Amino acid sequence: MSEYLKPLPNITPHSKPFWDAAKEHRLLLPRCIHCKAVHMYFEPWCNACSEVGVEWQTLSGYGHIWANCRFHKAYFSGFQSSLPYNVAIVQLDEGPKMMTNIVNLPYGTLNEMPIGMRVKTFFEDVTNEITLIKFESA
Amino acid sequence: MGLISNRKDTVAVIGVGTTDFGNLPEHDATSLGIWALRNAADDAGISLKDIDGLIVQRLTDYQKFIQITNISPRLVTATPGAGRMTGGTIQLAVQAVLSGLLDTVAVVYGNDGRSAGAKYGGKGDTYGTSADQLWFPYGMTSPGAIHAMAFQRHVAKYGTTNEQLAAISIAFRKHALLNPNAVMKKPITFDDYFQSKFICEPLRILDYCLINDGGVAMIITNGDRAKDFKKKPVYIKGIAQESRLAQGELPEDFGYSTMQRVSKQVHEMSGVAQPEIQSLMIYDNFTPTVIFTLEGFGYAPQGEGGAFVENGRLELGGALPTNTNGGHLSESYMQGWSLNVEAVRQVRGELEHRQVPNVNHVQYLQGGPLSTSIIYGSEPV
Repeated sequence: MSEYLKPLPNITPHSKPFWDAAKEHRLLLPRCIHCKAVHMYFEPWCNACSEVGVEWQTLSGYGHIWANCRFHKAYFSGFQSSLPYNVAIVQLDEGPKMMTNIVNLPYGTLNEMPIGMRVKTFFEDVTNEITLIKFESA
Repeated sequence: MGLISNRKDTVAVIGVGTTDFGNLPEHDATSLGIWALRNAADDAGISLKDIDGLIVQRLTDYQKFIQITNISPRLVTATPGAGRMTGGTIQLAVQAVLSGLLDTVAVVYGNDGRSAGAKYGGKGDTYGTSADQLWFPYGMTSPGAIHAMAFQRHVAKYGTTNEQLAAISIAFRKHALLNPNAVMKKPITFDDYFQSKFICEPLRILDYCLINDGGVAMIITNGDRAKDFKKKPVYIKGIAQESRLAQGELPEDFGYSTMQRVSKQVHEMSGVAQPEIQSLMIYDNFTPTVIFTLEGFGYAPQGEGGAFVENGRLELGGALPTNTNGGHLSESYMQGWSLNVEAVRQVRGELEHRQVPNVNHVQYLQGGPLSTSIIYGSEPV
């Protein structure tokens, strides 16, 4: 694999299971053991019911595009050669919203990835250690 | 004597000061703050020694600040250098005066972002919860990108257009041309707007605020004393804030419900109704914010903020002159502070070419994420 120049995630002890699962091509997030709310953060406290205690839950990997944009400026040198590139917020069917990229678009324009579009996970092994969870049209 | 005594009922701004704006590499943020406070003290006709409370924002070296101004405040505190903190900083000063704790409070802001090479996005940027884990690997970063996304949602939901964003950018640039201290001095047209480069599509560079150096200061005292100074006092008749940070960087409703509650509170507090407001100062980090804020505070119906800004409504001579100094888009990026000073100067009636005629009430609006509004008026009640 050629050298990967884009930023890699700063993984914490609390988030390690999420990234380990991504490497196995699974979308795993913490779920409150009391109210079953699924979290896009890696702390033991629930912001929906305010109880403490989470369990890991494998999700369906389906959702829809909730917001989108397309960068024409490289804030990270590793993205310079990818300009312009898209970023989307995908709302998962289980509720949480995650930041991601939409892949496999013929031209890469925003028109091809409208808000509301159904998407499914696309796991991209960017290094031997890290897999990023991206999405493509469902 | 208990903890609370000497309570006051009214608060006024008696002095405002600004520095030059632009590229000022010979000054750090602290010295820009000192420069601004000296101007504010001159404006009020007081000596720096009369200041008994100091709240600084963004500038970090309060030690140097106090040594060089040689003051002995009875309260010193500092707030973080983020525009969202501006309203809360003014709230603290207002409460310190109302409680009777302090007589003469200086709120001082210094920003050397241009000279210091401040970046709003990229490695080390703190915008976005867990951004270094959940945003950066996807190339996501910067407040501008979040506003691009928010605007896309507004477009999808309400049909808002880039032409409407252009109208905002052009209106504020026109105002900047009437302001000798504004950084941007060149007129812009619709063609200029649409030919300007995308930063984060659908937003272009002319949708983004500036990054520049400068300082701003305001001196606040109680309304009973306020008449004794050099300039006509401008009263802070209402000030209200509510956080929407719990909803994340991009709330589902563009911050509408939070702003509605802040709006209700500030109008009740001030006794000044919306039709009595003659000019608005809107925190304009990006053009879409202006639309969300006009809707949130009820000046435009929800979803109709785009149509509201067309046909020069926000321009001097229009129905609701807004950001008459040019705002963050074209005057200077003083993170709300210069807009508050502009509000005071409008109420005083001292703005010559950009003066709104016969002004009694001006409202400052900060959409979010710490939604804030302040109503300034020429009379205490």
